[in-house]
Amino acid sequence: MKNWMKIAIGLWIAAVLAVGISMPIGYIPGLGAKARIIYFHVPMSWLAVLAFFMSMWYGIMYLRKKDMKHDIKSASAAELGFAFSILATLTGSIWARFSWGSFWNWDPRETSIFVLLLIYGAYFSLRSALEVEERRATLSAVYSIVAFVTVPFFVFIMPRMMTGLHPGEGSPAPILNANGKMYMEASMRYVFYASLIGFTFLYIWLFNLRSRIGLLSYNNHTEID
Amino acid sequence: MKQLGAILGEMSGAVAIFSKDLYSELRTRYALNSLIMFVVVTLAIILFSTAGETVTPSLSAGILWIIVFFAAMSGLSRSFVSEEERGTTMTLQLWVEPSSVLIGKLLFNSLLIYVLNAMIILAYMLTMPAFVVKSPLIFLITVLMGTFGLSTASTFIAAIISKANSKGTLYPVLSFPILLPLLMSVIDATRLSVEGATFGEAAGDFKILLSYCVVVTTVSIILFDFVWRD
Repeated sequence: MKNWMKIAIGLWIAAVLAVGISMPIGYIPGLGAKARIIYFHVPMSWLAVLAFFMSMWYGIMYLRKKDMKHDIKSASAAELGFAFSILATLTGSIWARFSWGSFWNWDPRETSIFVLLLIYGAYFSLRSALEVEERRATLSAVYSIVAFVTVPFFVFIMPRMMTGLHPGEGSPAPILNANGKMYMEASMRYVFYASLIGFTFLYIWLFNLRSRIGLLSYNNHTEID
Repeated sequence: MKQLGAILGEMSGAVAIFSKDLYSELRTRYALNSLIMFVVVTLAIILFSTAGETVTPSLSAGILWIIVFFAAMSGLSRSFVSEEERGTTMTLQLWVEPSSVLIGKLLFNSLLIYVLNAMIILAYMLTMPAFVVKSPLIFLITVLMGTFGLSTASTFIAAIISKANSKGTLYPVLSFPILLPLLMSVIDATRLSVEGATFGEAAGDFKILLSYCVVVTTVSIILFDFVWRD
């Protein structure tokens, strides 16, 4: 990634932060200014799920091509996804303290991010329990695929069967709802999309860095052996 | 006709694996004996800790599946781990197709866990006064489908962990996130059956259970080659 792109990502996210905090938002019943978390918390959750998907994707690539490069990318994606899901959990939990009264309420979405954290944790425990590199790559790829097919049960099915606390449950939810539409004011929506784009590019940058480090250290220690 | 022959070959391999496991189990009764003791101990701890307390029916539904989950976790990993420990994995790889191994092991594990669950439920109904099933049909379907899903997912995870270092601790860690959608819906359906709900109310849970079983079984059959031929 070119230097100007890094600077552009930094400026873009800084601008999104400034606009997101300062821009007046319309009246939202029950939330008010607390609705601003949508600019940061939702992109983080989105990256946590995207990273999980990428990890599975590179896992499938590894199983097809048997190239260690793909395994390193799969692990890098999972590491970043773990970091972002911790961030999403923390920001959401602090927000929940002030909106719903306690840090953790077992709302369906809280349950699903908790399961995502558990899956990432299990994935890393499995990796550390396998010593042979090819075996570690194959089995962790298989595990990430099995784990990924159960995620739709949490993200899409459970929240519809149980009532939850997330904004708009009951009435149409702003982002993930059964109609597949966004319910947000136009100005808020632009900032939200801008933030989503900024965070996605940040993720791509971090992912490139992490997988390059992984590749270099892999090449390094295979040369020594 | 060729495909039919291949399927028949796979099936006879699966039946061979199943009967091998069944005979070696009947000879020693290692798994079943230790699992029965495990259930007795767990149930005793639960009864000690709830003595004198009023357990609500919906709470008793959750406790039942905690026992079932941990009994499965302590019993089902053996199916593949024992092959690794005895060094018989290579022999199986030479003689039968990977899918036959998976199906044979799955059949044996399902039989084991169905027998075990029948005992757990019987013992639980006798000792837990709050647990009275008011809708037997819902309960029966829940147990039948839930047990099948449980044994499919945990047989496949057992194949993964048999290659790893810390097998015993890793097993519940890897299985729990995969099994959670199943556990949540069986707990909910069991709660409904204890509360005497109509069949229509439990239909949502049954849909989740059915789709979970289909998805997990399909994925395990597709991916098992990679785990086994490793």
